[in-house]
Amino acid sequence: MNRRAVRAVVRRDLLSVTRSKGVMIPLILVPLILMIVLPTVVAFATPASAHIPGANLAGMEQLLEQTPPALKAQLAGDTLEQQLVAYMLLYMFAPLFLVMPLMVSTVIAADSFAGEKERKTLEALIYTPTTDLELFLGKLLSAWLPAMAISLLSFALYGVTANLAAWPIMQRIFFPNAMWLVLVFWVTPAAAAAGIGAAVLISSRVNTFQEAYQISGVVVVPIVALVIVQALGVLYLSVALTAFLGLIIWMAAAALLGWGVRTFRRSEIIARW
Amino acid sequence: MNRNASPVIVTEGLTRRFGALTAVDSLNLTVYPGEVLGFLGHNGAGKTTTVRLLNGVLTPSAGKARVLGLDPATEGATLRRRTGVLTETPSLDERLTAREQLQIYADFYDVPPQSVGTRVDELLEIFQLADRGDERVSTYSRGMKQRLALARALLHRPELLFLDEPTAGLDPVSARQVHTLIREQSRSGDHTVFLCTHNLEEAQRLCHRVAVLERGRIVALGAPTELGRNLWKGVRLEVETSPEAVTSACAALQQFASAREVTQPDERPILTLALSDRKEIPRLVAHLAAAEIPIYRLTPREPTLEDVYFALHERKEESR
Repeated sequence: MNRRAVRAVVRRDLLSVTRSKGVMIPLILVPLILMIVLPTVVAFATPASAHIPGANLAGMEQLLEQTPPALKAQLAGDTLEQQLVAYMLLYMFAPLFLVMPLMVSTVIAADSFAGEKERKTLEALIYTPTTDLELFLGKLLSAWLPAMAISLLSFALYGVTANLAAWPIMQRIFFPNAMWLVLVFWVTPAAAAAGIGAAVLISSRVNTFQEAYQISGVVVVPIVALVIVQALGVLYLSVALTAFLGLIIWMAAAALLGWGVRTFRRSEIIARW
Repeated sequence: MNRNASPVIVTEGLTRRFGALTAVDSLNLTVYPGEVLGFLGHNGAGKTTTVRLLNGVLTPSAGKARVLGLDPATEGATLRRRTGVLTETPSLDERLTAREQLQIYADFYDVPPQSVGTRVDELLEIFQLADRGDERVSTYSRGMKQRLALARALLHRPELLFLDEPTAGLDPVSARQVHTLIREQSRSGDHTVFLCTHNLEEAQRLCHRVAVLERGRIVALGAPTELGRNLWKGVRLEVETSPEAVTSACAALQQFASAREVTQPDERPILTLALSDRKEIPRLVAHLAAAEIPIYRLTPREPTLEDVYFALHERKEESR
């Protein structure tokens, strides 16, 4: 394995990505909105809504009531306001956090694979002495590393925002809990890898970055499903469930990337890419 | 060109099929160190597929090849360290600057890190891109992009250089610079150039030998002049007469049985024509003298690659 060549692929793709407005805008805006603006609004609005005259307090209590017993036990002892804030910021935001690795990795991978096909810049690359695997690995890392960097940064920003914004209610540092640590350090790398795998699969079948980017949006469907089943009280992201979820995503990522490695060969690149 | 040294490229029955289409068909070719080999053919003749096969980017359906002593099908990565390829389109990332592109490709080709900066500066200088080297490629003209792509292909001083239509779309000044570079490459020692082109004049000017490719098969191979003599038995002539005699000279030439394509290319009293055989020249002179046409000069011209190419094309049409 020629590490210098792999680094060169990463450097090339990252330089290219950071100079594309179409790629950079979602990479900056989405974390900003989801990880800073939204939790701030939730931290202030949730307890405030409990004091609005005529507010549906019964509805809020019912929401907490239908949470699984294990979660209820965790929140026991807190006031209604504290329970609501903790429930929203610890559990309802957890699936949304997975948007970070998925979105960043699919956007960059779509630009790196479909975008490169659109710009017709792969031809020179296939005549370099890099092996097929080195090329693929370079492209994989050029999407995975920024996905992890942005996710970790988002995690840190979210942690500060949530604790600060909710301080008047919580009066303690309540974030992160053990589930979030599993989510960030076990599930997030898997989600980033799976996002790349999905983008490679889609990129091999479309011709432009925009097409690949739009179709890749489908990767957030499982996240939306997770938000809904949590809101309905069907399940909640316990440490064990989060770890299991990570395992499933790792398996999906391995299958997708395995397919990618087999497809991203020079002879295939000429025909398909 | 050194014919006594080991060949740089040897192919035996090299074939590549894509489904029912045979893009390269039983190619037998030997290329020697220092040679500029022209690979002539129209679009779809199989030139690019051959370059891909010879660089191990595609594997052959049948036959074999040795390039720089290596098997491209199994030793592609090692081989590509020693070859440079200028693709038909420059294939440059337009968001990067010229300097960045060259630095990154220097890493691909394992140019010693301590000499990357010097080599990049040197190439930017040679290809007259030094003053724009830190600007993004998207701001470059087509000629500048082509020069940068050529600089990239030469970055690691390849022993064997593949050039696919290197002057396509270039203005005459840039095309001339590229021609000079190709000549320098072959002159500077054992560098070999494999030049894919459909520019016949370019091939005539630069190549030691040319291979004419039709539907994946080599239909003619040899030095341009040698090919001309073998394949085109006729001769082209230039006849200079007096300005007053142009019309009567033209009529007299058209009356001459074996003369074809009698034309006056410009305002000068010079007529050109094609004769089916050199042996007709004395009879033509006698014919013009009998018609009392003043002849100041009569020059036979060597057949060009263009003549050869069209002769081959005519042959193919006749054989259908």
